[in-house]
This record gives sequence, C-alpha cells and structure tokens, in this order.
Amino acid sequence: MIEVGLNHFLVVSSILFSLGIYGVVTRKNAVMVLMGLELILNAANINFVAFAKYGNFGLGGQAMALFVIILAAAEAAIALAIVLNLYKTFTNVNVDEIDKLKE
Amino acid sequence: MSELSIINISIIILLLPLVSFILLIFFGKKFPKLYLAGTGIVFVALALSIAVTFGMLTSYSGETLSLSFTWIDFGNVPSIGPLSIELGFEINNVTALMLFVVNLISALVHLYSIEYMRGDIRYTRYFAYLGIFTFSMLGIVITNNLLMMYIFWELVGLSSYLLIGFWFEKDSASDAGKKAFLVNRVGDIGMWIGILILFTHYKTFTFSTIFEQISLGNLPFDSASALTTAGILIFLGAVGKSAQFPLHVWLPDAMEGPTPVSALIHAATMVAAGVYLLVKIFVILTADAMLVIAVVGGVTAFVAATIALTQNDIKKVLAYSTVSQLGYMVLAVGVGAYAFAFFHLVTHAFFKACLFLGSGSVIHAMHHEQDIRFMGGLRKKMPLTYYTFLISTLAISGVPLFSGFLSKDGILAGTLAFGSLTGHWLLPIIGFTVAAMTAFYMFRLVIKTFHGEPRDKEKFAHAHESKWVMTAPLAVLSLLSIFIFYTPNPLSADAGWFLDKWVSTPQTVVPAEASFDFMQSGMDKHEIGLAQESGIVHSVQYTEAMHHAHYPAMFLSLILAGLGILIAFIFYQWKKVDLEKLTGKLNSLYKFSLNKWYIDEFYHATFIGGTLKSADVLSWFDYYIIDGIVNASASVTQFVSRLSGWFDNFVVDGLVNFTALFSGFIGLSFRRLQTGKVQTYIVFVVFAVLLLLLFFRPF
Repeated sequence: MIEVGLNHFLVVSSILFSLGIYGVVTRKNAVMVLMGLELILNAANINFVAFAKYGNFGLGGQAMALFVIILAAAEAAIALAIVLNLYKTFTNVNVDEIDKLKE
Repeated sequence: MSELSIINISIIILLLPLVSFILLIFFGKKFPKLYLAGTGIVFVALALSIAVTFGMLTSYSGETLSLSFTWIDFGNVPSIGPLSIELGFEINNVTALMLFVVNLISALVHLYSIEYMRGDIRYTRYFAYLGIFTFSMLGIVITNNLLMMYIFWELVGLSSYLLIGFWFEKDSASDAGKKAFLVNRVGDIGMWIGILILFTHYKTFTFSTIFEQISLGNLPFDSASALTTAGILIFLGAVGKSAQFPLHVWLPDAMEGPTPVSALIHAATMVAAGVYLLVKIFVILTADAMLVIAVVGGVTAFVAATIALTQNDIKKVLAYSTVSQLGYMVLAVGVGAYAFAFFHLVTHAFFKACLFLGSGSVIHAMHHEQDIRFMGGLRKKMPLTYYTFLISTLAISGVPLFSGFLSKDGILAGTLAFGSLTGHWLLPIIGFTVAAMTAFYMFRLVIKTFHGEPRDKEKFAHAHESKWVMTAPLAVLSLLSIFIFYTPNPLSADAGWFLDKWVSTPQTVVPAEASFDFMQSGMDKHEIGLAQESGIVHSVQYTEAMHHAHYPAMFLSLILAGLGILIAFIFYQWKKVDLEKLTGKLNSLYKFSLNKWYIDEFYHATFIGGTLKSADVLSWFDYYIIDGIVNASASVTQFVSRLSGWFDNFVVDGLVNFTALFSGFIGLSFRRLQTGKVQTYIVFVVFAVLLLLLFFRPF
C-alpha cells in the first residue's frame, strides 16, 4: 500500500486545476465556464488543506479553505445573476458571442 | 493817445477781420446777411487804423512802439543755453501808414464787392476770405519778428490761394490758384532758410534785437557773406510774394480770381508785402545783397513792361503793369532809395487798386468781357469809371500833379544817384525805359477801352455805369492819387510831409566794409545818436547824389512819359500808323512780347516737363527696379516656400505618415491578439504563467 503523501494531493489538485482551466477555456456556455471556475477554486482548496496537513501552519489552511468555499458560493450567486442578465440582454449565454465591448 | 493804447488798438485792428472771418465762415450759411457785418467790421478797423496812424504821426513820429511777450520758453537747452521764442508787435511810422493803406483798400474792396459779387453762390464765403486775407496782411504789417512775419506770410499765401481759386469750377481758376501757391512756395523756402540763418546765430526772431547785434559787429557766423546770404534768401520770399522775375509767372494767372480780389491782393496789398519785408530788413542788407535786389527789380520791371505792351486782356495788362511797378519798388530798395520804395508802395496801392476796381467796373458792365479788342467808346457810357481810371493812369504814367509822378521820380533819381556813385548805369537806363513803356501801355489800355468807337455794339448797348457802391471806392482811390495828400509841391516830394516828416531812411547797421560806402552816414556813433533823436539819419553822400539827380531824372522821366503817351495816341487814337504793318515788321519781337517772353513755356519745358520726365524715370525705376526687386524677392520666397513645402510634404509628412502607418501596421498585427474573448486571454495567461515559471523556476 502506498503511503498517501503531499505529492498525491498536489497531483490530484493539479489535475483538478487543469480540468478546471480546460473547462473555462473550451466551454462556450457561460454556466459551464462557471463550473470550470468552481473546479479551479476547489483545486486551490485541496492545496490549502494539503499544505495545512503536511506543513506547520496550524489551522490556517483549513480556515482559508472555508473562506474560499464561502467566496465560491458568493461568486456563484453573483455570476449566475450576471449570466441571467446576459441571457436577458443577448438571449444566449454563449461567451464567444458576447463581445459588445470589442466594438 | 498813450503808447500802450496805440499798440492795443493796433492789436484790435488786427483781430477785427479775424472776427469777421469766423462769423462769416461759421454762420454765413445761416445768416446770409452777415456779409454786411463783415464789411462793417472792416470799416471799424479802418476808423481805428486812421486813429492809430494819426496818433502815431502826431505824437510818436520817428519812434518805434513795441510790445513783446514770450511765446515758448524752452528754458536752459543743453549746449545752446537759455532759449525762448518771443513774439510781439511794433508800430512805427511805416507800420502805421501801412495799416492805414491795407485797411482802407480792404474796406473799399469790401464795399465794392457787395455789388460786384452779388448773386454769387458763395457770396458770404467770399467775404469771409476777404476777412482772413485782411487779418493775415495786417499781421505781416504789425509784427516785430521774423517768425510771425513768416506765419502771416504763409497765411496771406493761403488766403490768396483761396481767392484766386474762388471760382474753382473753372479749371483755369483752380490751376491759377495752384500755380500761385506753388510758385510762392519756392520763394518762401528761401525766406525760411534765411530766417533760420539769422535765428541759429542770434537765437531770436525779433527784428530790433537782430539789428542791434549786427550794429555791434556780431555778424551771423562771423562772416559778412553769411549776412549777404541771409539777406538774399529772405529777399527770395519777397521775389515770390512780390512777383519778381523769375517767380513773377503766378501773378498774371492770379487774375482768374474775382476782380476786387485782384485789386486788393494782387495789386495793392499782398504783392506789396514783399516790398514791405525788404523795407523792414533794409538796414541789414549788405552791398552785394542790395545789388542783387536792384538787378532783380530792374529786370522784373523791364520784362513785365515789355510784356504789358501787347496784352489784350484788360486785367493782364494791369497785372503786368503791377509786376513792373513792383520791380520799380524792389529796384528802389536795391539802390538805397528806401523812402521812395515805400512811398511808391503807398501811391501804387491807391492808383493800382483804383485801376483794378475800374477794370472790374468795366468788366461788370460788359458782362464779363475782358478783351480790350471788343471794347471802346465806353467813356460816354461810364463817365465816372472813365475819369477815375484816367486819373490813376495819369498817376501810374508819371504825369505831374499826381502821386505816381512823385514816387516814380524819386525812384528814378535814386537809380541815377546809385549809377553815379557805383557806376551801375544800366539800372537807371532800365528805369527810364520802363517809365516810357508804362506810359505807353497804360494809355493804350485807356484809349482802347474808353475812346474811339465801340467794337462790340451789342455789349456796348447793354453797358451802363455801375452803382454807387462800386464807383465810390473808385472816387476815393483816385482822389488819393493826387499829389496834395503827400506834399504841397507837385514837382518834388522831398519837402512834403510824407518823406520829410513821416518816412525817413534808417541808418544801415551793416559794417562799413560790407556795405556801399555811400550808405554809411559818415558820422560817428555819437553823431548818429544825435541824428536819430532829430529823426534824420541817412547818408549825407547819398542824399546829395539824390539831390543832384533829382532834376535830370524829373526832366528825363517827363519827356519819356510824354513820349510814351504821345506814341499811344498816335497808334490808337489817331491811328496814324498802320499797326498791322508794324507788327508784321516786328513780328518776332511782337510774338515774343505777346507770348510773355515764353517764360511759361520755358517753365513748362524745364521745370514742369523736367518734373514729369523725372517722374517718368522714377516711375520706370519704381516699376521695373523696385517692383522687380520686390517681385524677385517674391519669386525667391515662392521658390523657397515651394521647396520647403515639398520637404514638408514628402520628408516631414513622410516621417509622420510613416510613423502613423507603422503604428497602424503594428496595431493591425497586434489587434489579432485582442479577440475580445476572455477564454483566449485565459489561455494566454496560463501560457504566460507557465513561461514565467519556466524562467524563474527555483530549481
């Protein structure tokens, strides 16, 4: 049985982060992009917790992870509200087509 | 009368015509009757001037009353010292008599003009001009300094210009005005330079101060020739104003003005201003200056008399006779016959004014016909004009019992005395020749105008004697041409009151080496002082020579005048000589005289033509050289600007455009990165972070 160490956590979080980036970059749907963002935030959370467990930081890592979760909730609320408004304005939520500022 | 009251009244006399001028020029249009006020004012001035003359000749004869005041005080001028300009007035016998003459003739001309100018569209303005003329002439008369003399001199020139060109609708009149003004200006420049020579040295314009300095031996720039120059230059002013050869050409043309104006200005008063000026500066004239003056006067008298012989315009004959008589006066000053110069000025003023006013009466009656070839027989129609004209003609011709005989005789005696003392015999010869010619042409005028049969029947039928306002001045003036007003002895004026009591030759102040010997009194300073108190200071030698010359001059001039009159009668009254044949024989001489010695043509060819030619040359120069330079510089500028424009367009703009294009190109190439898609940016960010990690990796 392999001892689960810091590196394993980091690898999982990097995979999660990469998947998140991939989702953010490739998805057209704004909701999907937001989901990618959630993955990135959670990758960061894994890192916080992992460093807190293996490092000498006390409960700081867990506390920070909690903050990030709250932040993610708030972000999701606001972002979904923005997406709703985008939908109202442009009748779609396709991030590629919403480039009004470009002009 | 006290001294001060004489001067004060003289100043009032000076200002009265100015008041008349101001009233008429500003209110004349509103109150057309104001010309009567103007005439009245001049008559008041005449009354006052009679009072002044009377007071002067009875109480202060021989004295000079003066009043001066500082006009401008410059204070202490660096490198010159204290400098101030004094103005003032002075009255002596000559001044007082001149005041009377000017005022009398002015008043009579005002009166005469009321009728003569009636119906003129600028009737009141005419009287205004007469006012300003009288004012300026009186200013010349009573000033005591050269500056005021010059100012009033120019004012007189201006009023003369205004009056000659009074009928400016006629081209000939406005041209004549211009000509008079310009020709006078030539003389006035000389006069001003002369005045400045004296002022630069003496720092004053006042006559008496300058004379005193010269008598103390303080000559301008310490040289007698500077004094001669100053004298001749000031005389140049007189040459212009008194119409002396070669500046006499304006006076005959000035006859374009109304005839009373010709009488007042161009016969009696203004043209006499030059002679008056010479009388004023007589004491500083050196021998050389006097000789120049005498020669100019003699030449003028002769030239004008020869021209007067053949003229056909009644006013032209009188104009040339005026020039000739003025020549006499100048000649008299030149030969030292001071008193006779002034005497002739006065007598001439009266009889010449009378002649002009008489000719005006004729012209008025003949409906502006001035050519004597169309006159004749007017004696019956206009008896009063005829007899006054005849008296004046007798006076100017030098017939005894009349004033002209006395003064002209004196001048001729003066020239004879001068000839005997200096050997200049040509001057008396000219003088006597002119006397004969004067008698001839004046009687030619009288006979052609008044005697014989009328040549223009229609005009003759309408001719009539003028009204009393025109004939009264004639009567007064012709009365003053009779000897009794000047002397009890009809053959010699020497013992008369005019010369014995009123006017005596002043002692010259020029140092002995620069003046004629005979001009020196032969007395020492003390004796001169005594003699001045008794009122008689002049050269004993000259006075004696005059006495010797008196009887020869009288007989000679009587014979010559008689001869002239006789020839005139033979030619024109009895027609014993075929004039056509005579003029045919002497064709060239006749033409020469009729065309006024071609002097106007000469001036046209030289001065006017020269001016036009030089104007042509200058305009060519202007057109081709100056304009060429301007145009060339313009082309050069144009070329340079084109060059710099090209540079601007291609090099500077090229750089700017290149920068713009380059930026545009860069912008174009980089705008592809700016997709506006957040996802693309995120990809860049990820790669950038990876790159940064690669560069700054800790391991």
